[in-house]
Amino acid sequence: MTIDMSQFYQVFFDEADELLAEKERLLLVLDVSAPDPEELNAIFRTAHSIKGGAATFGFTDITDVTHILETLLDRIRKGEMALTGEHVDAFLAAKDVLDMLMAGHRHGSTVDRDAAVAVCQRLQALADGSSGTSPEAVVAPVAPTSAPAADAGPVADADGNFRFRVELPQVPERDVEALATELALLGSVSRETLADQRTAFTLVTSEGRDNIVAICAFVLDPDALKITAANPASAPAEAVGSAAPVEPVPVVAVPAPVASDPAADAAPASGENRNWGRRATDREPFNAESSSIRVGVEKVDQLINLVGELVITQAMIDQRIGALDPIAHERLLNSASQLARNTRDLQEAVMSIRMMPMDYVFSRFPRMVRDLAGKLGKKVEFVTRGAATELDKGLIERIVDPLNHLVRNSVDHGIEMPEKRRAAGKNEAGTLTLSAAHQGGNIVIEVSDDGGGLNREKILAKARQQDIPVSDTMSDAEVWQLVMAPGFSTAEVVTDVSGRGVGMDVVKRNIGAMGGNVEIRSVPGSGTTISISLPLTLAILDGMSVKVGDEVYILPLGYVVESLQPAPVDVKEIAGQGKLVKVREEYLPLIPLYQIFDIEPAFADPSQGILVILESEGKKAALLVDSLVGQQQVVVKNLESNFRKVAGISGATILGDGGVSLILDVSALLRSSRQLSNDPVFF
Amino acid sequence: MTNPAAAAAETHADEGVREYLAFTLGREEYGIDILRVQEIRGYESVTRIANTPDFIKGVMNLRGTIVPVVDMRLKFRLGEPTYDQFTVVIVLNIGGRVMGMVVDSVSDVTTLTPGQVHVAPEVGTALDNQYLIGLGTLGERMLILVDIDKLMNSTDMGLIEGIAA
Repeated sequence: MTIDMSQFYQVFFDEADELLAEKERLLLVLDVSAPDPEELNAIFRTAHSIKGGAATFGFTDITDVTHILETLLDRIRKGEMALTGEHVDAFLAAKDVLDMLMAGHRHGSTVDRDAAVAVCQRLQALADGSSGTSPEAVVAPVAPTSAPAADAGPVADADGNFRFRVELPQVPERDVEALATELALLGSVSRETLADQRTAFTLVTSEGRDNIVAICAFVLDPDALKITAANPASAPAEAVGSAAPVEPVPVVAVPAPVASDPAADAAPASGENRNWGRRATDREPFNAESSSIRVGVEKVDQLINLVGELVITQAMIDQRIGALDPIAHERLLNSASQLARNTRDLQEAVMSIRMMPMDYVFSRFPRMVRDLAGKLGKKVEFVTRGAATELDKGLIERIVDPLNHLVRNSVDHGIEMPEKRRAAGKNEAGTLTLSAAHQGGNIVIEVSDDGGGLNREKILAKARQQDIPVSDTMSDAEVWQLVMAPGFSTAEVVTDVSGRGVGMDVVKRNIGAMGGNVEIRSVPGSGTTISISLPLTLAILDGMSVKVGDEVYILPLGYVVESLQPAPVDVKEIAGQGKLVKVREEYLPLIPLYQIFDIEPAFADPSQGILVILESEGKKAALLVDSLVGQQQVVVKNLESNFRKVAGISGATILGDGGVSLILDVSALLRSSRQLSNDPVFF
Repeated sequence: MTNPAAAAAETHADEGVREYLAFTLGREEYGIDILRVQEIRGYESVTRIANTPDFIKGVMNLRGTIVPVVDMRLKFRLGEPTYDQFTVVIVLNIGGRVMGMVVDSVSDVTTLTPGQVHVAPEVGTALDNQYLIGLGTLGERMLILVDIDKLMNSTDMGLIEGIAA
């Protein structure tokens, strides 16, 4: 019964790669002074999982390193040892060594054994160093009868050897001699006689506990044997004691913790194996290398369009067979409903191909911010919001560079030095927030800091210096826009981080190329927010469909507060100013959609139609529609790719019946319904 | 005459032989470069867009793409248009932009040699002279050859950005 294990190796390597990357990430975010127990546990788990996998496949070199690592981490996470920066550095070094060892097994590349040994020694030194200072750590190994000692596990010394103390039960002297000879084969043995006349060996060996048990099992009952890991530091004392052999005297055998120990180990190990088994079947064993493939975006788009067509065709079939007699055509109807399900699943799956969470972008910033802040001597706390917001992959890839610029700018120019912050009465550590959210037909990504804000005077002075026409009466927003003029930089010092004046205009140009725009909000002394708004080429939107006349429009659900039918007395007309509606003691402007879009409505009277209360940018208004149709997720399609921008419309979507429905631009509607209807039309 | 495509691709100069899609609007017969035509399909319901001229019928779903549809009969005021199962939409692809054009009927694809194309006289068709390539003669038939790129990109049609001020 031979199983080709090599087919599972690939799975292990992939898994281990991920775990190592995860470990590195966790180590980087770890706060040394106050480590989060959850993070420590997570780091421990990565080491433990790699060890488990490596042991399964017999990669002993990897097991050795991870074992020491795990032991050390275990003590840290249990609070037996304080985490220091030295530890983190050693862990990172161990990660690199593991990478190297992994590569050795994987590609047969050369492995630097010395480096592996050096890391083991370094970790071991850290483990030892603390055992002298931490009371618990000292107590545990030298008290062989106490249960925690067994749990602590053997600790390897610099040569990779373990020191065990083997206490024998009452056995004849002849057997003790035989055992001593056998154990000597494993390593160096010293013998001592205990107070109760039993014999104890101290064994220094590179073999594991199991082998010792196996050898002793020839002579005596392993259950009666007591094996504990001996502390190297205390070993010399024992060696001295063992110099005077004393006749063993029979005593009652001490129940051995050994028996329970393997059982405790076995439980996580079997869990590990189950885990591996599952993963191994989940994946294509021979092809694990290609866990993702790169495909042209056009192909995906084509796929999406084709599936869209399929959905519409399916809806048509549904409509046709709806007229059939359900009893006579039972099987056809069953098949059709199955088709409907499959189509829906297919559509969902295809749609998800292009969408990626913003986390994909956000996750690369913590390290950058940490490094930058360190370099500049600033303290920055990095916060992300809305990392789950999904954005089209094409846009995600293109937003990385602009965001990079903005984050660098914020750390470099935005957030002040700790002293300055303290002087201004702010927290020493600045906060840098990256957020993403859907807003109407757009995705809004914001980089905001609580730093010094933009300096209006300085920007104006600089603009004059660069012959950019300015006036003192410009609004703040206009002044902030100057920052994005080509070659503009107000940083007093050009650092290697930023300040060469090629930042913001590049950002603006890149965003512009994606059809978006950049907005700056800044308050002196309390910070700057740079807001990027991108159109959704393929974002999915939760929409509420409303009907006016024969037209169906989609309202982005995020803007909808509630919908209601007003009593006639609550609607007030203001001469020449349109109507107001009273909703819970609040007067809201009434926007009749039929008027804006010049539609023949079913109900012109607000008290007969439905009012949808919308809220955007703090403004509320009531939109008059004929009826609500329903809620659905819609795929936002760009109207401008083949047409032009239409006032009051942010995009379009395709409904289930194949028809097109327009998505309302709620912010524009709210800004001014009057202005909108007077918008210039053609000619 | 089966491979005029390469020559016909870009220029309007009278070199080589070109193929034109012939369609009628009112009583006149028009021709457009066949290479600009993506497909021909029946008229389906379109979604009206508010505050646009009447000849912009709205947008339709063409296999997942939102495509504007213009009715040339309305644009050129050729009587009251009817929409039934015989109404034809010529789907154009001009510089990557897709749009639909409603016409009365589509007749055939005609091959014209440079010798058959004459300069259009300064007199009235429904179309402004600047959008014409010339007049194509084919026996008794006369095709008004339209520079469809120029027409559809013009501010007259209101299909693109940067008009209306």
